Amino acid sequence: MRAFSYEKPADPAAAAARAAEVEGAKFLAGGTNLLDLMKLEIETPVHVIDVNGLGLDEITETEEGGLRIGTLVTNTALSADSRIRRDYPLLTRAIAAGATGQLRNKATTGGNLLQRTRCPYFYDTNMPCNKRKPGSGCGALTEGAFSRQLGVIGTSDACIATHPSDMAVAMRALDAVVETVTPAGMTREIPIEEFHLLPGDTPEQETALMPGELITHVRLPAPVGGTQEYHKVRDRASYAFALVSVALVRQSDGSGRVALGGVAPKPWRSDAADKELPNGASAVMSVLLDGARPTEENAFKITLAERTLAAMLKEA
Amino acid sequence: MKFTQPVDSNLFDDAKVVGKPMQRIDGPLKVTGTAPYAYERNDAAPDALYGYPLGAAIGHGRITRMDAEAARSAPGVRAVVTTLEIDPLEKGINNVARLFGGAEVQHYHQAIAVVVADTFEQARAASALIEVDYEEGTPADLDLDAAFERMQGTGEPDTLVGDVEAAFRDAPHVIDQMYHTPAESHTMMEPHASTVDWSDGEDMTVWTSNQMINVNLKSIAATFGIDRERIRVESPYVGGGFGSKLWLRADAVLAALGSRAAGVPVKLALPRPMVMNNTTHRSATVQRIRLAARADGHLTGIWHEAAAYCLPGGRGENPTAQTPIFYAGDTRRVKNHVVDMPLPETADMRAPGEASGLMALEIAMDEMAEALDMDPVQFRIINDTQVDPANPDIPFSDRHFVECLERGAEAFGWSKRNTTPGEQRDGDWLIGHGVAGAYRGALVLPSGARAILDGGKLIIETDMTDIGTGSYTILAQTAAETMGMDVADVEMRLANSAFPASSGSGGQFGAPSSASGVYAACMALRDKIAGNLGIEDASFNGGRVTGGDTDMALSEINEEVSTEDAIQWGDFQKDYAMGTFGAHFVEVGVHAYTGETRVRRMLAVCDAGRIINPITARSQVIGGMVMGVGAALSEDMALDRGRGFFANHDMANYEVAVHADIPEQEVIFLDTLDGVATPLKAKGVGELGLCGVAAAIANGLYNATGIRVRDYPLTMDKFIDRLPAI
Ligand SMILES: Cc1cc2nc3c(=O)[nH]c(=O)nc-3n(C[C@H](O)[C@H](O)[C@H](O)COP(=O)(O)OP(=O)(O)OC[C@H]3O[C@@H](n4cnc5c(N)ncnc54)[C@H](O)[C@@H]3O)c2cc1C
Ligand code: SF4
Repeated sequence: MRAFSYEKPADPAAAAARAAEVEGAKFLAGGTNLLDLMKLEIETPVHVIDVNGLGLDEITETEEGGLRIGTLVTNTALSADSRIRRDYPLLTRAIAAGATGQLRNKATTGGNLLQRTRCPYFYDTNMPCNKRKPGSGCGALTEGAFSRQLGVIGTSDACIATHPSDMAVAMRALDAVVETVTPAGMTREIPIEEFHLLPGDTPEQETALMPGELITHVRLPAPVGGTQEYHKVRDRASYAFALVSVALVRQSDGSGRVALGGVAPKPWRSDAADKELPNGASAVMSVLLDGARPTEENAFKITLAERTLAAMLKEA
Repeated sequence: MKFTQPVDSNLFDDAKVVGKPMQRIDGPLKVTGTAPYAYERNDAAPDALYGYPLGAAIGHGRITRMDAEAARSAPGVRAVVTTLEIDPLEKGINNVARLFGGAEVQHYHQAIAVVVADTFEQARAASALIEVDYEEGTPADLDLDAAFERMQGTGEPDTLVGDVEAAFRDAPHVIDQMYHTPAESHTMMEPHASTVDWSDGEDMTVWTSNQMINVNLKSIAATFGIDRERIRVESPYVGGGFGSKLWLRADAVLAALGSRAAGVPVKLALPRPMVMNNTTHRSATVQRIRLAARADGHLTGIWHEAAAYCLPGGRGENPTAQTPIFYAGDTRRVKNHVVDMPLPETADMRAPGEASGLMALEIAMDEMAEALDMDPVQFRIINDTQVDPANPDIPFSDRHFVECLERGAEAFGWSKRNTTPGEQRDGDWLIGHGVAGAYRGALVLPSGARAILDGGKLIIETDMTDIGTGSYTILAQTAAETMGMDVADVEMRLANSAFPASSGSGGQFGAPSSASGVYAACMALRDKIAGNLGIEDASFNGGRVTGGDTDMALSEINEEVSTEDAIQWGDFQKDYAMGTFGAHFVEVGVHAYTGETRVRRMLAVCDAGRIINPITARSQVIGGMVMGVGAALSEDMALDRGRGFFANHDMANYEVAVHADIPEQEVIFLDTLDGVATPLKAKGVGELGLCGVAAAIANGLYNATGIRVRDYPLTMDKFIDRLPAI
């Protein structure tokens, strides 16, 4: 870990302003991802701005009948909130499927959205990685490399990493909106759909946030009802990132929404695929995963995604 | 004491302490976090500074330049030692790659520098400032399947009995399949760690985490070219080893070099990513197994040929280890090929050989049972042997494999299982049951101890280690039993090179060997006490010594009495085959849609002679079963075939079983005694629990789904296309 300076700003706007002002600054929330990455020198901030204690830790009701989640609400608190459990059970299920109790106690809402990929080559600073070191090449795309866990769709020749979050997949299915404050002190809203970027030639650019911009809240629209399920598939029963995860909201008329985790650089969903839901898993996936470009090692994810959704549709 | 003939009756026959369940005596220290582990020897080396290693960034090749100037001038840094400043060090016992020194890189993350600093963070940060230029070696062929193809049929068989080809020509039932087991990492909780004081470059004290103190001592002496007398090694608590801490590793070497360079004691733990690629692992294997059987189920041919890899000069894994001896069979051919590959070092991991061998052989047995339309339990029973099949004059010392199978089948409810694959369901889950046999050799090694009677207390000193296995407890029980004393009056002092050399812990030889060594030392102590008191037929009971006119409490003996002895093993044991046996039964659920596979119920029945302590023995067996679940379902060191290193080198990506993977586990110990094996009639059990587990799960998966997976781990990517259509 490199030495860094540390500060606790007075309010969210000051935090954003400082972050834009000091080059190489990073926000610290729960620290469960940032600190790990700093220890390995994958992240090397020279200045750390601690956003804990800025009061962004409440869940309040919105006029449209939804909920507004402060960025510092922990994953534990969010998943346990009675309104979330009642009206957005998908979110509770997705969060509870991730990490461990101890980690969820520390992990925050904004931090979770911004957690970085678990690509093993990203994690090894001896290896080339366009995301960690732009222009160095993609370690996972060379002959004989290990790519079983990586993405099958939305990827590029520069990067095939996945976004590892479970929570974000549910947020995507629920059409959450990210609220921010910019370094100039302006607030901004970013639909979750636009929040995470595809890698293209610039896999190091992962979100729509501008330098220094701080997430303040994540807003959930009014509840969509229906049956809500999250099925996370992994080799061991717990404490592993998803090979594939499926978030499903299903209405009694057979319509609904589907979002996938573990397959793409962002939670993966499309309106066109949602419309196929009454026609079954295969119809959904042939739209949702159209254009997939898996490696030999992770091609099974395509079959797995379809079969996982099929199991859920049968149950729902 | 020389063990020259099988024991008939001895003092363990009516044991009061040995064989009884007893909680481990070091338990409170461990659960309160006060057991001094190697990296936390603040009691012994309070002023130790922090060492941090740097590993090579390439698979193999040479270092052409290192620049450590920035590291040396970084905050808090006291010393930096780079591999180019040091001639290649000599190798210790069973070290294949050198641990430090010189420009050659033999494998990824081989240690190439150590930084010593005032704080851990300073040392780690400085290590990242060292610049290294490499010249990469020519890309190596890392394809084990291709190597097997090339080598198949070549070389002298390791075991050859009868005319195998003819047996296969004539047999009505033949199976012939390929099996794969992946590279595995020991992944013990405590990484390799040492605190070393070599401040003056003269005498060296090594507080380390190691399984075999005497081997470690000799290896350190050889590595640095110094006299053994000048080195002390202590390893009183080891947070797991599974074989990865049998031999000297880079942690101790780097801490020593760092200590000498900085002139202070230095502590160093290998970071987890280096544990995977810097230390040792179990080689992947490719195995071809052919079985031939008569219609009545008798095996007429067993043909097992395999390949594993290692660095030049190393050993690799021998997955055919059990095949010469486990089952009867008229003819047999066994051969293991070891292929040189520039990959991280391969060496012993829990049940080396049998663990990966039985993963394959016990699937093959299931396949043959099916081909014969025979119950797989019955098929194994039919092929039991009471003699070494290759040398029929050599009987097993004590073998109750059949009873393991029968007791297990009964306790598990085997007869109630569904026998047609794919026909039992629980909601979305396909349910199956599997069985596998377990075998692991029962090696014993010489082992010494010192026994001291001092004011009614018995002190036992031996360099035996407790790697979480329960040595403290079972050796105290053995000593108390032999001396007729209370366990509370026994003080155990372990794992210090100042004490008599023991077997160390490994190969499941630790418990039987070291308990016999303690027994020998205590018997010598009894003789000495009796001699001092002039008693002829002394007996030791209830803390008293009696005989003739004497009847006195041991606490009344004022003079300290001390003896040292070691168990030596007589040649008569060579007239027997010695092994431990077991049977594993599992219930497996396979998600019919996703192929997620979870174990729902496990039973092991073990035949390992006298069980010295049922609590610690059970912990060993269930721990082995947990490891078997990982081996079956998730553990897989992912080889980057282009770069020649294991890419998933942390515990997030190398998936051992977690709590949620482990169901109800039951262990039954058969009440057996093996008087050929040891004076206690006990054998080891620490590795038996792992042997066969993975195959039982694979067989359960087959029974659940009708899909045979012969390639571990049994992850859904290997069979999802064959699951029932949706
Ligand atoms: C062992 C382990 C297992 C895990 N398993 C899972 C799993 O199965 N599923 C899963 O989904 N996740 C898993 N996680 C990831 C975990 O969910 C994330 O680490 C966590 O959600 C990150 O939240 P945090 O508050 O700790 O973020 P931090 O580490 O504090 O920050 C993460 C990033 O977000 C930035 N950031 C934080 N807050 C803001 C803000 N308000 N505005 C702008 N930027 C901000 C930080 O600068 C940093 O770049 C696992 C983590 C670990 C360590
Ligand atoms: S897939 Fe992306 S994160 Fe992984 S090595 Fe390639 S560029 Fe880096």
